[in-house]
Amino acid sequence: MQNRLETIIDCMEQARSLDDLQKEILRLRNLFDVEHLVYHSVNSTGEQYAVLTYRPEWVNHYIAQGYERIDPVVLGCYRRFNPVDWKRLDWSSRVARAFLNEALDSGVGRQGFSVPIRGPQGQFALFTVNHTCNDAAWARHTEKFAREVILVAHYINQKALELEGENQPAPVRPMSPRETDVLTLLALGYSRAQAAESLSISEHTLRAYLESARSKLGAMNTTHAVARALTQGLLVI
Amino acid sequence: MLRYLYARELRNHEKLHDTMFADRARQFHGRLGWDVTINDRGEERDEYDALDPLYVIWELPDGRHGGSMRFLPTTGRTMAAEHFPDLSGGRPVRSPLIWECTRFCLGEGARPGVSAALMLGGAEVGLGFGLSHALGVFDSRMVRIYRRLGWPPLVLGSRGGGRDAVSLGLWEYSRAIRRHLLRKAGISDELSRHWFMRAFGHLELQRIVG
Repeated sequence: MQNRLETIIDCMEQARSLDDLQKEILRLRNLFDVEHLVYHSVNSTGEQYAVLTYRPEWVNHYIAQGYERIDPVVLGCYRRFNPVDWKRLDWSSRVARAFLNEALDSGVGRQGFSVPIRGPQGQFALFTVNHTCNDAAWARHTEKFAREVILVAHYINQKALELEGENQPAPVRPMSPRETDVLTLLALGYSRAQAAESLSISEHTLRAYLESARSKLGAMNTTHAVARALTQGLLVI
Repeated sequence: MLRYLYARELRNHEKLHDTMFADRARQFHGRLGWDVTINDRGEERDEYDALDPLYVIWELPDGRHGGSMRFLPTTGRTMAAEHFPDLSGGRPVRSPLIWECTRFCLGEGARPGVSAALMLGGAEVGLGFGLSHALGVFDSRMVRIYRRLGWPPLVLGSRGGGRDAVSLGLWEYSRAIRRHLLRKAGISDELSRHWFMRAFGHLELQRIVG
């Protein structure tokens, strides 16, 4: 395992483009002996890059539905830096359960292990290995390869950032006190309505602050904006 | 009991939150006289608390803070890299398998087992998340504590001497260390596991999928 991992990392080292890197990432599927893997990065300007092996129909459906807003894997990982087994995420809501069933029907395995990465300037990435097997087999599997998965996740991320090189993040524009207030309350788990009420502003006004904060942070959605503001130390909660 | 809480989650535990930052002010400003910032609520906070770190906290039966420490990944901003670069020869320790541990704090009148319990919490974090080591900057007063607990760090570098010495160290995670700390802290294997699982959730997917 160690040798094969080193071989793949050596090959990644040689990668001169994201296409090269993608080929090497896909080889990891055999190394880790899993059905699927996903590398998904959102950089500081909100640009996304992904390498994944899920069925294209599922990926398109996911994007069209904006499922990143409800996906417990994304929601759980944005706010942590510890690797997580999917079983430990919060799947208790009706929305999350419906999403899970749809994912399983589309060929996503029920076992997953995801490594969140907080990159420079609020870049965020997620590397996931996904498989179908029973809990006991998965526990043995993750026990065996957790460290390699963590290492490879960070390695891929570093390499992808390097290859995107010229894509230097835009300097952060300072947020207004109101924008900071809105993000802080959302980071604390307030709903939009509760946040608006606490700040004595209408929800309409709140959405405007939120949108301007989102654009300043180069985030793709609210969750991402909150995560980015947190990692940049712009919020004190 | 041991609590594992990200900063964002700690906010929901008001008493634990308030007493932790107050105890930190008492220890780092009051007792140790470090150059730290105390806000108008009498709390010691720094810029790393704003990065949504993970806290390992010993919670007293009445919900107050009994002791704590703070973790951040070394792939991001660390105190070792930003405030003590000389201790690692100007080349900061950065690894996905190493998290930095800072602000090791004990509440006033903490009973002897609390240090061991906190170190145990640190070991649970390391073993639970597949990490290899913890990184930390420590002063001479801590050397005795680590030795007494039977988990001394590998020292990477030091500055100053005698009582003023400040060092950078690595603590290696192992199952043997975890077992040792369980004994030192007087906490059972099952209980420690339970606290960790409670914090990081455990829900059977099968049950949901049916």
